[in-house]
Order: sequence, then structure tokens, then C-alpha cells
Amino acid sequence: MQAVVVNNIDKTYGKVKALTDISFAVEKGELFGIIGPDGAGKTSLFRILTTLLLPSKGSAIVEGFDVVKDYKQIRKIVGYMPGRFSLYQDLSVEENLEFFATIFGTTIEENYELVKDIYTQIEPFKTRPAGKLSGGMKQKLALCCAMIHKPVILFLDEPTTGVDAVSRKEFWEMLIRLKKSGITILVSTPYMDEASLCDRVALIQNGKMLAIDKPDNIAKTFDKKLFAVKSGNNYTLLNLLKDFAKTDSVYPFGEYLHFSPSGNDFQRTELLEFLSSKGCEDVEINTQEPTIEDCFMNLMNNNS
Amino acid sequence: MKRFLGFVKKEFFHIFRDYRTMIVLFGLPVIQVLIFGYAINTDLKDAHVAILDNSKDQMTRQITQKIVSSGYFMLGENLNSTADIEKSFRSGKIKEVIIFKENFARDYLKDGKAKIQLIADASDPNNANLIVNYTLAIINNYQMSLMKEFKIPFQITPEVRMRYNPELKSVFMFVPGIITILLMLVCAMMTSISIAREKEMGTMEILLVSPLKPLQILAGKVIPYVLLSFVNAITIILMGKWVFGMPVTGSYLLLLGVSILFIITALSLGIFISTVANNQMTAMFISLVGLFLPTILLSGFIFPIENMPVPLQILSYIVPAKWFIIVIKSIMLKGLGVTYIWKELCVLFGMAVFFILISMRKFKIRLE
Repeated sequence: MQAVVVNNIDKTYGKVKALTDISFAVEKGELFGIIGPDGAGKTSLFRILTTLLLPSKGSAIVEGFDVVKDYKQIRKIVGYMPGRFSLYQDLSVEENLEFFATIFGTTIEENYELVKDIYTQIEPFKTRPAGKLSGGMKQKLALCCAMIHKPVILFLDEPTTGVDAVSRKEFWEMLIRLKKSGITILVSTPYMDEASLCDRVALIQNGKMLAIDKPDNIAKTFDKKLFAVKSGNNYTLLNLLKDFAKTDSVYPFGEYLHFSPSGNDFQRTELLEFLSSKGCEDVEINTQEPTIEDCFMNLMNNNS
Repeated sequence: MKRFLGFVKKEFFHIFRDYRTMIVLFGLPVIQVLIFGYAINTDLKDAHVAILDNSKDQMTRQITQKIVSSGYFMLGENLNSTADIEKSFRSGKIKEVIIFKENFARDYLKDGKAKIQLIADASDPNNANLIVNYTLAIINNYQMSLMKEFKIPFQITPEVRMRYNPELKSVFMFVPGIITILLMLVCAMMTSISIAREKEMGTMEILLVSPLKPLQILAGKVIPYVLLSFVNAITIILMGKWVFGMPVTGSYLLLLGVSILFIITALSLGIFISTVANNQMTAMFISLVGLFLPTILLSGFIFPIENMPVPLQILSYIVPAKWFIIVIKSIMLKGLGVTYIWKELCVLFGMAVFFILISMRKFKIRLE
């Protein structure tokens, strides 16, 4: 049995269509990422799966329970971490954790092993009110609270948004450790660099699924040539490349610009000539292995 | 059950950690009782009068003496001419001027008729009425005592008794009123705000995705406020008794019992409001306009319901506070037992059940 099965889900708010014909399945024990920009429909999808919203059309099964009919059973077995920090700000770290343990009919001691790795990091601040924690610590506490009742499946809605780079890395290390203990994890994020850390990812934009596969496989679907281009002034270079006749797409990627030409007959010399004619000389051009981000940018361009 | 207790415990943390909540819960009752008790006092005490005695005989002196020594009035000044009257009113301190006509005693003894003029400052009409009536009563009294001396054969002596509040103290009116208002405020407003806060802060989202049942969430929110409101009710009753001498002629047990019933009614209203309001501001606004004003204006606390236009009288029937004020006055002042007030209690109970049922039905098990 699969952990999550989603069949042709639509979600509309009045006239706004948030999700269109979404279908996918998540295997048990999988770390499944849902990647998409803000407003793609990630939160709506998570709320449907955690029984907080009703789908306008279609159905979804979580651990064998229907999200509409069997919502009570689902609420007992899932761990949910909303995108917005939703703990009690006036309660201390320890009190928050204790409260969530109690309402699920368990105790901190009983499941301490499960949260130990994460909790030890925030334990020095356990008497501090949750509202006064830093962003990264808030997310760690929220994750503890979502896991303290030993859920079968975890839904994490943008857990790393607004968290610094180091904390983000730590957070993902935790998720990967958690996965090893057998918990199915669904995580959404707007950061594409996090995609490669998932077992499988679904790319979502404007409420539509663009691709669902392993990160490597998605990267392989990139069917065009790709170059990393760099010069002393990347901004001028970017504008010039946009004017270049054979440019299919170009966008900044770290210290390089990822450039893919249209047509298969592209030669580097063409580009170099074009650039030097515009007064841009010290240009470096390398071939680039496509990453999942390149795919996603490509898919998004095709879609919009 | 353990889940539920955990929830209640959390709710107590919220209350005790928010100093604003604490002020509303425990500061407000004490302050209100003191303000109403001392400031909003409709009893007459030491009203300043000015006297223009054009006769200056034994009789006018006796009357003046009686008025001034009554405790209700204080001699502000003695005027010498009618021209001073306007001036003394303008000073603002003098509330009434008593004018004796020339040859007061002589006229009275000769013709059996003498004239006194009372001029009151009616910029505060209720107070002016009160002052004039008190003065008249004293003058009448004096007249009676004169009649006794002269042995007039026929006379009617009315004997007036003010039942349940023989001294007509306004404290007796406001203590029940304050209990009502505060219980309404604390219970309805505070619960509706605290439930709305869970929605506003997003914590309701996690509570929904948990095994907690709607009834557990609502009851868990409400129970701390039941306990604290009960403490409040007791505080006000005791303050009324010790600070202002307000007696409780009926049974204390019954009084506390009906207070709990009213608390539950008010809480059910608060829960109902919270099912409509999505944030704290809305909850507060609805509570103030929808509950607070009717409780003050339409409950009979300040304005007698019998004197209102019929539509408002009808409207007052759906104000829970009206029924509670009837009940609590009956118990505190008249010492009546449950057999006399069961109808009002049934109304309150019915309202509570009604609102709880509606709220349970309206409680959203999802976000939309």
C-alpha cells in the first residue's frame, strides 16, 4: 500500500483555481518533495492532504484513509507542520512540546528517542517562550512538536522558508535521518537546491504538476545544450545574451549565467563573435551538466 | 481526559502570562465596584443650599435649622437680596435656593398661610427633583409638628415604608448590575477572543489536525473562565457586603448556583461569537456591540424596562442579563427561594443550551 495516493484533485477558491488535476503517489518511507514557487498551490495541496480543506474535485487517500470521509483517523496518525509558525508563542519550548504530546495522548518521555537529535539542539532554551526563539530554532521546535506523537507520515509545509543557510542544511540532515527511521515525509519548498535531497520530487507551478520523478531523472530530461557563461560584468552579459538571436533561455545561476541556445547547430564561436562585437571581451564559456534547477526553469518557461 | 486536562492547563498558562487578561479578569471587578459605589452615587448627601430669609423670625430659623441639620443639605450661604440668587447659582456650587417671604411667621399664624419659594438648579434634572422633594418632605414634617401643637382635629398621616431597600441606597441596585456586566464581559468577551486568537495565530490549524474533538477544544477554552468568573462573582458579592453594606437576604448557595448558570449562558454566547469571528478584533467588536451595550442598556440595570417603548421591551426579553438581574435581585434583596425564580432560571438555561448547540453545529472542523 502506498502512503499517499492523490487522484485528479482540483481546488478552487471562488473564481481562483489553486490546483488543477493533481495526481501522484508517495511510497511508504519515501522523502517526497513538492517544489514550486510561491503561490504554486503547495499549501492548498498540503491542507487537503491533512484534511483541513476539502478538494473541489478528485480524491486523496492517506495511509489508506480517505481525506474527506475518514478525516478523524487521518488526524490521529499524521504529523503536520504548517508553513506559518503556529505554536503558542507565550508557552515555553518545553511546554509547547508537552502540550502537543498530551493532546495526542502520549508523553515526551515515551517518544523522546524520536525527537532526541533535534530536541537536544533546542534544549538549552527550553524555558524560553517559543515566540522569542530565532527562526531556525522555531522550525526545529515545530518539527519536534509535529513528531512527538510518532506519526506514520509527516507533512512539512515550507519548513525551511525564512531560515538561514546553515539551519536549512541542518534541517535537511534531520529529515534524512528521520527518513531512515521509516517515516514517510512529504515536504514542500520553494528552494530548488533542496530538490536533489529528496527521493523523488514533484514540480508544481500555477496549480499544475509539471514533472514527478527522481531528481536525477528529472535532470536527464533536459534535452538541450547548456553552457555556463561568465564575464567581468554579468549584468551586461545577461542583457546582451537576451538580445542574442540564438538564445533560447538565459538566467543567472550563482556566479555563472546558464545559457541554452535554440537549435542544434550552435557553435561557441558564434556567441563569442557576437559578444566581442558588442564590446564584451573576457568571456568564459563552459559546457554545463543540466541540474534539476535548469529543468525546472525550462519547464516553467514552457508552461507559462 | 488527560488530553483535555492538558488543554485546560495550557489555557491557564495563556491567561496568567498575559497581563492584560489578568487586569481585565481581576483588576476590573474591584475597580468597577469601587467606581460605581463611590462615584456613581444617586443618593443625596450634603447638597449645598442658599437661604434668602426675608422674614428672619423664629419659624424660618426653625425650618432652616431642620433642613441644614438633616444631613442631606449643607448651608452654602445666606443671601441678602433676590439679586444674589442668580449669582449664587452661577457659582455652580449651590444646587437650591430657599426663599422665605417677608413676615413669614406672622402670616402663618394670622392667615394660616405662609410662602416659601424653592428654586433648584435643574441642569441636572434628576438631582433637582431629588433635592426639591427632600426639601418639601422636611417642610411638611415641620408643618405636621406645628399642627400637633395646635390640635387640628382631622389629619391624614401617611406611613411610607420602602421595602427591600428601606434607605433607598443605590448600592443595592448597582451590585447586582455590576456582577451581571462583569460576568458577561469576562465570560463572553474573553472566551470569544481567546478562541479567535487560536484562529488568528494559526494554532487552530494544528489543533484541528489532532485527535481533539470540537467539544474538547471548546470546553477546554471555557473551563478556566468559568472558574475565574466564579471567583469574580464571589469577590463582588463580598465587596458589596463589606465595603458598601449590601446584604444578601437569600441563600448564598442559591446565589452562587444561579451565578454559575449565568456564567455558562454568557460563555455559550462567547463561544457562539467565536464561531462567527475569525480574528480577535472582530470578536471584541461583536462582544462589545452585541453583548455589552444591551447588557447595560436593556437589562433594567440603569433604565427601568417598564418605561421603555414597546419594541425595546420586547428586545429586552432576549437579553440574558435582564433575566439574571431579576433573579439576583430577588435573591439578594428579597430573599426569595428557587420557587419564585424558576421561570427566569429556565429562560437562562434554555438560552445556554440553544447557543451551545448552535456553536457545536457551526464549529468548523476544517479551515473553510
